[in-house]
Amino acid sequence: MSQDIATIRVTRYRPEKDAKPFFQEYKVPYRHDMVVLDALNYIKAEIDGSLTYRWSCRMGVCGSCGANIDGEPKLTCASFLHDFKGRTITVEPMPNFPVIKDLVVDMEDFMEKLVKIKPWIIREKETPPEQGEYKQSAQELERYSQFSSCINCMLCYAACPIYGLNEKFLGPAATALAYRYIEDSRDQGKDVRFPVVHEMEGVWECTLVGECSVVCPKGVDPMLAIQKTKILGATNAIKSLLMPRGGH
Amino acid sequence: MSVKRTLFATDKIGFHLLHTLFQTSLKYENIRRYDEWFVTSLLVDDGRVEGVTAIEVRTGELVTILGKAVIIATGGCGRIFQFTTNGWIKTGDGMALAYRAGVPLKDMEMVQYHPTLLPNTGILITEAARGEGGHLLNKDGERFLKRYVPNKMELGPRDILSRAEMSEINAGRGFEGPYGSYVNLDLTHLGKITIEDKLPFVKELAEKYLGIDPEHEPIPVRPGQHYMMGGVHTDMHGFTGIPGLYAAGEVACVSMNGANRLGSNSLTECLVFGAAAGRAAAGYAVKMESPSFGNPVQGEVMMEEKRIFDQILKHEQGERISSIRTEMQNGMEKHVGIYRDENSLKEGCRIIGDLKTRLSNAIVEDKDHVYNTELVAALELDFMLDVAETIPYSALKRRESRGAHYRTDYTKRDDANFLTHSMAHKTPGPPRIDYSPVTITRWKPEERVY
Repeated sequence: MSQDIATIRVTRYRPEKDAKPFFQEYKVPYRHDMVVLDALNYIKAEIDGSLTYRWSCRMGVCGSCGANIDGEPKLTCASFLHDFKGRTITVEPMPNFPVIKDLVVDMEDFMEKLVKIKPWIIREKETPPEQGEYKQSAQELERYSQFSSCINCMLCYAACPIYGLNEKFLGPAATALAYRYIEDSRDQGKDVRFPVVHEMEGVWECTLVGECSVVCPKGVDPMLAIQKTKILGATNAIKSLLMPRGGH
Repeated sequence: MSVKRTLFATDKIGFHLLHTLFQTSLKYENIRRYDEWFVTSLLVDDGRVEGVTAIEVRTGELVTILGKAVIIATGGCGRIFQFTTNGWIKTGDGMALAYRAGVPLKDMEMVQYHPTLLPNTGILITEAARGEGGHLLNKDGERFLKRYVPNKMELGPRDILSRAEMSEINAGRGFEGPYGSYVNLDLTHLGKITIEDKLPFVKELAEKYLGIDPEHEPIPVRPGQHYMMGGVHTDMHGFTGIPGLYAAGEVACVSMNGANRLGSNSLTECLVFGAAAGRAAAGYAVKMESPSFGNPVQGEVMMEEKRIFDQILKHEQGERISSIRTEMQNGMEKHVGIYRDENSLKEGCRIIGDLKTRLSNAIVEDKDHVYNTELVAALELDFMLDVAETIPYSALKRRESRGAHYRTDYTKRDDANFLTHSMAHKTPGPPRIDYSPVTITRWKPEERVY
């Protein structure tokens, strides 16, 4: 079985040793079906045990292995080495995030935003499980289904020019997940969720460049979610001007 | 599955369960998560579990977390094997923690193989692919299952399908690829609509990870480790027998799966017995005083600091942990895999024993405190070797074939001698195996016929 050799340039940054990040180059033999993550694992196992990155499922579900590959946010598990045949592959930590070590970034900011959008079904009154599930038709499911496929991999934040400038922006994935619940027919929490989505800075700055939707590995369209929440937000704002609000 | 008993969210059921559970858990402000902390030991005081030691991976600090009760929910140990559907983090940590604290590991020889993994990565191609009508073919294009489970064919049980595939491969009727031997899973006759509507994730995985379009080409598959029926011995309340220690899910062996799990029953283990363990642990905790950080707990923490920082991290010369890990995985696959016999299992015992000695002299090159994944990998490997060792030792003594455990030298089930749970106990040497009775209530064991 013939093997090609890939040249990989990986960002190294070990805060206890290095004043600033630098590139380290490795040569990795590879087969046609091998991905960038396989190369990182080869380096860690055979060349340099200190290379640091996250991964677990190697099948695009856990969302932990994102990196900037040749300048584009991608899952390392889903990027074939043969696509870069004949040139050096550059692997960097995802931009727009603080770097903890090598390719590992700090995602605390997203975790805080995720809690803020209340990503659970809110009911005015919970019924006990014994009374059965909250039912939904296939058509109702279809309204939010794609937005529930988010794996929190952060590629959309890495690609987002607005988040890069202003980290107070709720950002693509959190907005998509907020919209996932807003559009869920079983949910009655729009009144508490709306202000969060609209209070956060940036929604109105989003120019709908759509980089977030391009890089999403799961086919989620956060740009659409942002656009829809803008429309819903505008409609709600007008309603609140025109109509008195009862019971609040 | 041959009887419909599961609700589906297309072919991403586990994914949606996981995210719904996680997101809904955020509702409860009193839940404090320790993301990216790694538990290294259980703290035991006078026979009672009083907390854990854990490394905060971000800082590298070893921290003591005291608690009135501990529930282990760490899942399986698939990374012991060469071919597994499990993620990188499934290293049997919780099994080893309980085992080291004195809880027996039960029925560890009962290892479930799944028949349809992508042969290069171990990525699982769900049962739904066969449920929707996919065919398993050998290199002659033959639906070879007609020789093994003619009445169920592709809907037959996982263990029989896995063995059938290995038999075909061993008989020279498999395909040879760059990543080893395999058979084909053919979905091409199902058509675009079925594949896109019912099996979107199968399509995505085949395309993204193997570069194959299942509408037009068969998917190469092979069997691989999928699930541990065995695990930490518990009663039906998740109680391990050591006050304060509970376990639930794949890590535990409450024994609802016997020697062979049916698809989706792992959810029952998580949901039903997870809830039971939670209730039992809470009931225990409200009765107990908070543990205090005195002796002997303090001494145990100091020992643990010494083990990690003065021993594992101190070695300057030695072999890499990765070579030991690879040899463990290959050894388990070859000698403690789908087909077993006396000689192979003895070889498995020997290999794991040797690797344990080698690990004690291996090096961790990364000496950083911050986010030291190599140190975590060394600690995980140490856990895995303890857990791995119980499998060939338990399998060696079970001189019969039952469920997922298949001995080529004892091919029949032997209820007279082995209708019993094997229990592996930690000793300073190899594990000691004894047995505990199987409690039979409504459902009597029967011959498996298909």
